[in-house]
Amino acid sequence: MKTRISLTVNGTKVESEVEPRTHLADFLREHLRLTATHLGCEHGVCGACTVLIDGKPARSCLALTVTLDGAEIRTLEGLQGDPLMETLKSAFHEKHGLQCGFCTPGMLVSAWDLLSRCPDVNEREVRVAMSGNLCRCTGYQGIVRSILAAAETQSSEKSA
Amino acid sequence: MKPAPFTYHRPDTVDEAVRLLSDTSISVRPLAGGQSLVPMLNLRLAPVDRIIDITRLADLRRTRDDGASIRYGALTTHAAFEDGEVPDAANGLMAYVAARIAFRAVRTRGTIGGALALADPAADWLTTVVALEGILHLVGSNGRRALAAEEFVIGPYLTALQEGEILEAIEIRKRPASERWGHYKVTTKVGEYAESMAIAILDRNRGTARIVLGAADGAPITFAETAVRVLQMDSPDRLRATIEQELIAAEREFLPAKLSMHTTVILRAIQDAASK
Repeated sequence: MKTRISLTVNGTKVESEVEPRTHLADFLREHLRLTATHLGCEHGVCGACTVLIDGKPARSCLALTVTLDGAEIRTLEGLQGDPLMETLKSAFHEKHGLQCGFCTPGMLVSAWDLLSRCPDVNEREVRVAMSGNLCRCTGYQGIVRSILAAAETQSSEKSA
Repeated sequence: MKPAPFTYHRPDTVDEAVRLLSDTSISVRPLAGGQSLVPMLNLRLAPVDRIIDITRLADLRRTRDDGASIRYGALTTHAAFEDGEVPDAANGLMAYVAARIAFRAVRTRGTIGGALALADPAADWLTTVVALEGILHLVGSNGRRALAAEEFVIGPYLTALQEGEILEAIEIRKRPASERWGHYKVTTKVGEYAESMAIAILDRNRGTARIVLGAADGAPITFAETAVRVLQMDSPDRLRATIEQELIAAEREFLPAKLSMHTTVILRAIQDAASK
């Protein structure tokens, strides 16, 4: 039995009928064709599917879409053009923050949340905060370097 | 994997939720933050016919300062404790514990009530609420009742919750400012469930101490004799011997390595509290 829900995705109101068992990641990818959100483990371990639900990071594979009636969802697509996200993307490009790229959308959303809340992070804090995002290429050195570089760019742009 | 089909209900009132949850002819589960239940659904490890979404129950969202204690709505997220959105009844212990549960993207949705109702032995809130001698408020078809946290937890994934009963609120007595808490947790990786965790609460002014071990293959264990010895300022070596005796007396059949780990973790929690 499908349930009618209404939610906002990247600023656009979406009305849809969903099966209760459809999680948000599948809804985004298959119903809305927003494929930046990747699905890795599908049980909340890898962090590839991280999106923002009502402004806060969440595993979209662990959120049943039907429960999100009225919620505001932001995916990586919805963060395009956001100054901090652009800084992060440039830093990931320059500091070798990705190899195969599969984990990157989740890494970027988690890093965006981290630098939004705590702009002055050190390496240890980055590593702890990013521990919920797995990179199977094991490219953590580059990822951590990229986030630290983005933090630095962000703070120098603020003080400029 | 994807969950098997189930039906979905989103009640507006506690009475309606209790009524829906009381139907024992099918497999029914309440859904709060979903950070444990949904992985189980995705892996098809938890057979469920009907999901009752309790996240819209306003009574379960509300946190109230009752003067002597704080009553936390069961739907309060770990992140709400971490960010100070709700007051901390325990001199910062609750925020400290909350900030170390899993990962930020889990803490924003996972709830204290859901964690307690699941009663994973290694989960942080279980040990914390037992250490703080919390009172759990339950509501079911026979009305409301209150239980001490220690009576609520029976064993691994086993609580005093009856069919159709849900956890409504967690009441924590405000701790005096003279109290000091210590915490120590061993995990194989940041954000994983604990291999061992302990909380020590000392108040030398009032002459009280409470020491609780979690991730102990069952309900958290309280170390009454060790607490007495801590107040008598026993040396670490003598404390270690007392802790070991109490661990063995708990009859959990710990392997030697685990026995050693738990002993060290308890001792470090005590030292953490004593150093503050």
